[in-house]
Amino acid sequence: MANNKMLIKFFIASESIFFVMLILAYINFHGSNVEGPNAVNSLNPLRTGIFSLFLLASSLSVWLAGRSLVTKNHFMMKIWILVTIILGAVFIYGQASEWLGLIAQNITISRNVFGSTFFTLTGFHGFHVCVGLLMLSILLGLAMFGDFKGPKSDGVECVSIYWHFVDGVWIVVYSVIYLWAFL
Amino acid sequence: MSTRIPIVPENVKPLPALKENEGMLTWVASIDHKQIGIMYIIVSMIYFLIGGLEALLIRTQLAQPENAFLSPEVFNQMFTMHGTTMIFFVVMPLLIGMGVYLVPLMIGARDMAFPRLNALSFWLVVFGGILLYYSFFTQSGASEVGWFAYAPLSEKPFSLNKGPTYWALGLLATGIGSIASGLNNIVTILTLRTAGMTMRRLPLFVWMILVTSFLIIFVFPIIASAFSMMLLDRLLGATFFTPAHGGSAILWQHFFWGFGHPEVYILVLPAFGIISEVIPVFSRKPIYGYEFIAGSTVAIGLLSLGVWAHHMFAVGLGNVANVYFALASMLIAIPTGIKILNWIATMWGGKIWFATPMLFATAFIIEFVIGGLTGVAIASVPIDWVVTDSYFIVAHFHYVLFGGSIFAIFAGVYYWFPKFSGRMLSETIGKWHFWLTVVGFNMTFFIQHFLGVMGMPRRVYTYHDFPYWGSMNMISTIGAFVLAISVIIFMWNVRYSLKHGKKAPDNPWNAWTLEWATTSPPAVHNFDLVPPVRGRRPLWDLAHPDNPDEPNAKIV
Repeated sequence: MANNKMLIKFFIASESIFFVMLILAYINFHGSNVEGPNAVNSLNPLRTGIFSLFLLASSLSVWLAGRSLVTKNHFMMKIWILVTIILGAVFIYGQASEWLGLIAQNITISRNVFGSTFFTLTGFHGFHVCVGLLMLSILLGLAMFGDFKGPKSDGVECVSIYWHFVDGVWIVVYSVIYLWAFL
Repeated sequence: MSTRIPIVPENVKPLPALKENEGMLTWVASIDHKQIGIMYIIVSMIYFLIGGLEALLIRTQLAQPENAFLSPEVFNQMFTMHGTTMIFFVVMPLLIGMGVYLVPLMIGARDMAFPRLNALSFWLVVFGGILLYYSFFTQSGASEVGWFAYAPLSEKPFSLNKGPTYWALGLLATGIGSIASGLNNIVTILTLRTAGMTMRRLPLFVWMILVTSFLIIFVFPIIASAFSMMLLDRLLGATFFTPAHGGSAILWQHFFWGFGHPEVYILVLPAFGIISEVIPVFSRKPIYGYEFIAGSTVAIGLLSLGVWAHHMFAVGLGNVANVYFALASMLIAIPTGIKILNWIATMWGGKIWFATPMLFATAFIIEFVIGGLTGVAIASVPIDWVVTDSYFIVAHFHYVLFGGSIFAIFAGVYYWFPKFSGRMLSETIGKWHFWLTVVGFNMTFFIQHFLGVMGMPRRVYTYHDFPYWGSMNMISTIGAFVLAISVIIFMWNVRYSLKHGKKAPDNPWNAWTLEWATTSPPAVHNFDLVPPVRGRRPLWDLAHPDNPDEPNAKIV
């Protein structure tokens, strides 16, 4: 049954194009807002960078969950999935508070093209993180009822692949939005 | 004609019919690829009638100069909805539906790799269409901005009605369904082939569906992101495509055509697949240059991703960009020409049997070549500058989409109808249908080349009484009504033949691919026994054990 993993890989290939287009839109308008809010004068790369570390760490924890599945350590697998959910939730908390801070300064999706591209790109990424959290929660719930005894499970492996993808997208998004603003 | 090959024993029990199981519920709950395929075809046919009605209204308005049959607003809604419907709700679901029905049978599988995902894809298309058409019931009607919805016309200050919003939402839903069916097809074709069915023995229709599916999963996300940005612009006041607020209208064009050009290959590659199945069977010869047809399709798929800006020559992107996109577009003529030559070489010296599927397939070659030639012409920048946005363009893309895709679809429907339904379509009515289609189609669209060169712009709701414009448009309109009669005859043929048609044997055309090895219509489980595959024509090998296609093939 390699079908499921093949499906999720092609799905991710398709999703990548979706994000490439959002990133291209961001790049296209980079530097077109010299006055008014833009990435340089409105964003805090350090703060978001710290929250990004939580997301990066969650890739490690979901990998450890997969290792525990292979070694049939059911208890540790549940723990690592739980850790992944918590790390992902912290990242989403960071993004939500960042958004609220920007909106409080009247930097919104309709303020200018920076606002449009920034909120759209980070918003679609955040949405994907939330979908990932939902799937991880379903995995955890099923594991509580005794599923995924290992050593193999397409469910765990596919969600894990998806989660790594969401993580990888963020590395690109963070580089393009926050690090580029630094340079 | 029927030299049946008794591989699959006759079913002892009658085939499970809808009414015997759960009645109408199966139409909603079914995850069987054959039923979903049929449902795709039925829904597309309903949309075909709606889109055709819109076309008739357009042509009626244009029949005479200074006509006031439709108001400009309604006319704009008609051409927008006609284009959108025909592309996204007729040709695409018809081809995907035929693919969903035939791919598992052709590769000897029980069903698609993900039957539930298959049902989801179908229902997303259905509800996407309902969402699109719901816009007619909103305050100022459907979208009026054309099927490529150029910004800033499609944006808030210029289109305050809800039409473009419903348009984008409907197409977004349908697009997600298409991506899901593309993913499903890829996994099915790569993993569920029966023993011996190597990639080099795959029926060409399946090859075309595979390449199309790759195109779908790589280009529909482009338009999904563009639709998302457009919706954010319209609903939340984002400024992606509004130049007045710092956005870029040209960015929409790049995004739209980045999707839109590969989309036309999504619409025509499976049609090439149908032709590649029909022509060898009715010429009684194996396909000529199998590798070249499959390979040139891959080449078309790759090239199609890099030619989008030939839709944008009038924008003024600069000479370097224009020259690149012109040359890249002309390159596509090479793999396409390879296919045409292969089909003709297959027919060459064959024992050609002009049954209705073959009539449509032969006409396809001629009409598609006309559309292809005008395509090469308008890939040249100076010619495009003269005829862009004129009726020449309308004539060109109808020759490739109707003369190409729809002719091939008719060939496919006549070819596979016995498999779908267990009955033959009437050949007599079929010939009437064919000739009226040829006459009506060429009458409608050939003259539009001249109207375009004479300067008639597309998308105008009326025109002045310039010399000959009135009479030429009248000819085109009469042609459209002939075409409408041909469609009615086709629908009547389907209705009549479903009830009274000749009972179809398992392999009425004496064809060679696996779908003909099972009963007509196939049992729910498709095959009792899948015949061994030792070459590209398994049923030929089975009937001619002394003269197989690949004498040295290993028995698996």
